[in-house]
Amino acid sequence: MNPEWGVQPASFAACAVNVSIDDVRIVCDATLAASPGEVVGLLGPNGSGKSTLLRTVYRSLRPLSGSICVGEDDVWEMTAKRAAQRTSAVAQESVGDFEFTVRDVVELGRGPHKRLLEGDTRQDREIVEDALDRVRMTGFEDRLFVTLSGGEKQRALVARCLAQRSRLVVLDEPTNHLDVRAQFELLDLVRSLGVTALVALHDLNLAARYCDRVYVLDAGRVVSHGLTAEVLTAELLADVFGVVARCEQRSDSTGFHILLLAAVRAHAREAAST
Amino acid sequence: MTEHIAQANRSPEPASRVGALAAPTEPPVPRRTVTPTGQSNRAGLVPRRFYRSFVGLLVGALGSSFVLAVMVGSVSVPAAAVIRIVADHVGIGGTTDINPAIVQVVWDLRVPRALLTIVVGAGLSVAGAVIQVAVRNPLGDPYILGVVAGASSGAVLVIVLGSAAAAGLGVSAAAFVGALLATSATFLLGRRGARLPPTRMVLAGVAVAYLFSAVTFYLQSIATPNELRRAVFWGLGSVAGAQWSDIGLPMIVVVVATTFLMIQGRSLNALLAGDETASSLGVNVIALQIVLLVTASLLSAVVVAVAGGIGFVGLIVPHVARMLVGADHRRALPVTVLVGATFMLLVDLLARTVRRPSELPLGVVTAAIGAPFFLWLLRRNRASGSM
Repeated sequence: MNPEWGVQPASFAACAVNVSIDDVRIVCDATLAASPGEVVGLLGPNGSGKSTLLRTVYRSLRPLSGSICVGEDDVWEMTAKRAAQRTSAVAQESVGDFEFTVRDVVELGRGPHKRLLEGDTRQDREIVEDALDRVRMTGFEDRLFVTLSGGEKQRALVARCLAQRSRLVVLDEPTNHLDVRAQFELLDLVRSLGVTALVALHDLNLAARYCDRVYVLDAGRVVSHGLTAEVLTAELLADVFGVVARCEQRSDSTGFHILLLAAVRAHAREAAST
Repeated sequence: MTEHIAQANRSPEPASRVGALAAPTEPPVPRRTVTPTGQSNRAGLVPRRFYRSFVGLLVGALGSSFVLAVMVGSVSVPAAAVIRIVADHVGIGGTTDINPAIVQVVWDLRVPRALLTIVVGAGLSVAGAVIQVAVRNPLGDPYILGVVAGASSGAVLVIVLGSAAAAGLGVSAAAFVGALLATSATFLLGRRGARLPPTRMVLAGVAVAYLFSAVTFYLQSIATPNELRRAVFWGLGSVAGAQWSDIGLPMIVVVVATTFLMIQGRSLNALLAGDETASSLGVNVIALQIVLLVTASLLSAVVVAVAGGIGFVGLIVPHVARMLVGADHRRALPVTVLVGATFMLLVDLLARTVRRPSELPLGVVTAAIGAPFFLWLLRRNRASGSM
């Protein structure tokens, strides 16, 4: 493995971002930030706007208003290609019916650095091999992507982000459909890369374990943010996620745990909100 | 058809979770140990390191097929004579002592026909490959956007009602206008704002194709037997009677459009990975999709206007190319172009030799040879995943 990665993690700042899809407001006035090298979690129930907000960061969806800066510059004020040199993403979508090999998938990451018709050079091949090495997928180059296990697929997609040599990595629910061990392995991998990462997660305990800080979204608004253990209180979990939970800080170095007990009953929820 | 479309567009949901819930008593599966060695080469039949040699081989096959196509006909011309005549006309080589009648047959009849056949095969194939990616549907081809149905209705209109019914246009021109009308209808009905969502495009294309086919079938039902025969023959495609004077413009359009599409490999790869992923890779998805679909439609409209509705090539050749060299379109597109051109030359050769002196429609031969070959390839290749 080449120990010198040579990519400086970037700072990230989204300021007063509003997003609509088909005239329905999905994200309202969201402001969030990440320091270079920080792993920041985006939490919230289904439909809270996590994916939509992330799409504005990797330029899949233009916000109505607000600024999204990676490093010093607004990603929507540079060319798509230049933005892709700074930000890479693992979105929640499948590769489809056509059959890419793992190498094809990882080589996609070199695209933003290439002019039309420019072929892959020896340096590109080295970057791709290094990326595969970092996600422990060396030897899988010629395997078809569709034949990989869920965990291997996600690792290959992370390798694509690495081959893109971006300063910010966006991961939209990367642990979906992974078995428990693969979930830990994937997030261990993300942490070990030393990149700035924005990660949408459903699993609150994974968020507690792997994120430096979290933002909680509810109905498109950021309702809370800060250190995971301070943000994820029983009260917030009842309000935003609608679950009765016990949150405890263990002293035995296993850290902060959330024990999810039950769904909050509808009337109890209404009573709580009035 | 709709069933396939639905299947092709559904996002595969791994069943692991459902399985785990349904069978909680199942013993734990030992962690899979993967031995990647020995599984290489499943990406394509041609190993990556042989790609260049393989392309060289295909270029050679195309050249030989061209010479063969020009050699064979009512008068056989030896290969050496073919090469000398062509070399003479493109300005390399001296004067020849070959019989002027032979020179005329070769240069005025067979060479333009063979060249047209090459651009038709190459154009339809690359258009099919690009449409498959742009609508993300392995069943994509120039038919799926209504191009062929529109062209047929225009051509049949002129054949049956005469050119006065189509504002004085000839068969080819009317076919081109019909193709443009049908494709524009597909774009207008399939678009959602500025976007061209794949599923909507496919559904709109199918509906538009039925609508234009209704016109074609109606006209065929009132046609005389002679007109009907012409209409059917046109609908199945032919490059007979190609002359330098008619093929110049379509050839330029097809060569330019084919070249443009052929160099879009990297963008196509990104698009194939999904809209969101493509955006994150610096591709302007909406603009790219429009450019690709408009270019591919125009290209197929020109080809179909000149050569009629040759089916199967646009659908099958891209898949053959992917099976040979993998789905990386930087490699698959040049192979698509070469295989498509060579295949078409051989198809035309067969079409005009099996029942001499009459000719078979090209569409009959493409399907009769192409379908069994493709099924054979599919069976050979089935170990390699979802296809």
